[in-house]
Amino acid sequence: MGEAIVVTSGKGGVGKTTTSANIGTVLALQGKKVCLVDTDIGLRNLDVVMGLENRIIYDLVDVASGRCKLNQALVKDKRFDCLSMLPAAQTTDKNSVKPDEMKKIIDELKSDFDYVIIDCPAGIERGFRNAVAGADHAIVVTTPEISSVRDADRVIGLLEQEDNITPPRLIINRIRQHMLKKGGMLEIDEIMNILAIDLLGIIVDDDGVISSSNRGEPIALDPSSKAAQAYRNIGRRILGESVPLMAIDEKPGFIQKVKSLLKMR
Amino acid sequence: MSVRQPFVTMKGRKDGLVLVMDETCAFDALIQELKDKLSVNSQLYKEGPVTSVKIQAGNRYISQSQRAELMSIIRSFDRLQVDEIESNVMTREEYDREKSREKLVSVSRIIRSGQVLSVEGDLLLIGDVNPGGIVSATGNVFVLGALRGKATAGVPGNEQNTVIAASIMKPTQLKIGRFMSRTEEDNPIDEMKNDHVMECAYVDFSLEKVVIDRLHTVIRKNNLSLQLTKS
Repeated sequence: MGEAIVVTSGKGGVGKTTTSANIGTVLALQGKKVCLVDTDIGLRNLDVVMGLENRIIYDLVDVASGRCKLNQALVKDKRFDCLSMLPAAQTTDKNSVKPDEMKKIIDELKSDFDYVIIDCPAGIERGFRNAVAGADHAIVVTTPEISSVRDADRVIGLLEQEDNITPPRLIINRIRQHMLKKGGMLEIDEIMNILAIDLLGIIVDDDGVISSSNRGEPIALDPSSKAAQAYRNIGRRILGESVPLMAIDEKPGFIQKVKSLLKMR
Repeated sequence: MSVRQPFVTMKGRKDGLVLVMDETCAFDALIQELKDKLSVNSQLYKEGPVTSVKIQAGNRYISQSQRAELMSIIRSFDRLQVDEIESNVMTREEYDREKSREKLVSVSRIIRSGQVLSVEGDLLLIGDVNPGGIVSATGNVFVLGALRGKATAGVPGNEQNTVIAASIMKPTQLKIGRFMSRTEEDNPIDEMKNDHVMECAYVDFSLEKVVIDRLHTVIRKNNLSLQLTKS
């Protein structure tokens, strides 16, 4: 029996889908059987990020309404045999699936896979209810912006009211090193002070994330990228290893040290 | 016909009128006699000096509507104002309500954005109130943690003895009784010292607004009795 993990945030555009795709990829890299589930019915894009759009035949709504078997709807990843995806429907909306139907599908997936990663839509309405219905654990994604932290706080409150979900864990996404130094961004400590939940990982903003998403290749496959390393660390933490947080700053070289000394009056 | 004790006895005092009411007669008879007695001196009550009236109902229970009726009769005389209506009797519910106002409710959790915690009596919250979260109490609010959301304390009319205190005071809004404040804008000086540790909000009646100060300063200055267990 596997575990189902929902990736959520409340606010849109903070990187839920990218995070889901990459967590799925790093767990598959570790040899786990993983299924990604896109619950953003009507606005699906997990398939695009994974580069699997052209392989979709059936979708989540077809499974829920009994038009096909669950196995028929699963799309195998082109890189990993152990990675599959259950795509969302694009032609209807979130009300076409009920939370209990969703729970049944997730339970069925859990018996076949080690990890079921559920990509949650933005918002706290029906789509959110569907996504959390079958989940055992939750990951909340936020960025160092006040609006995103506010929404994450709201979502954590809602997740804490769910009886069958363990306390949510946090990923802080899109940390910009130069802005942290200048103080224009919320600091990690500040975010942790407000949200007061366990930190699963931090991911620095990396241009490679966007370009790799556009190619349909999760960034986690490129080991030279900092974001990829962060995702790999997160994967290992999900598997229960204790991995220290990555340092955000690059180590200053000798010249930079002299420069900073001169700047200090 | 024997001379009966009047239902309503009027007593003049230095600070106003006291109306002592019979406990055993019908309420209608009481009202009738009150009207009669007041109309004797109606000229005085309509033009004379402002007089405060105290009603002593003894062991008679006075319901909310009866209370309103008494008020309206006395208020129909322009120069009379009702100070208080005293009765030795209260219903079980009134007693419970009164009692619950005096109790201390302690809760330990984080009040997150979109969550509301409201209690009867004093609130002792062990945990933070995050931005977008709301705590409210009919008594005082004490937060053992950071108050970053909105807090409402007390009921209108009882602002004098009501406070909102927090280990870290950074609220978006505070409301004590009928006084409301957005702290950042009202207290520019307060913003300058930015530790906000162990602070307390109360109503300063000379300024007619909510002010925030260090907890111990507030206690000293106002001689507030911050009793957690009242009896």
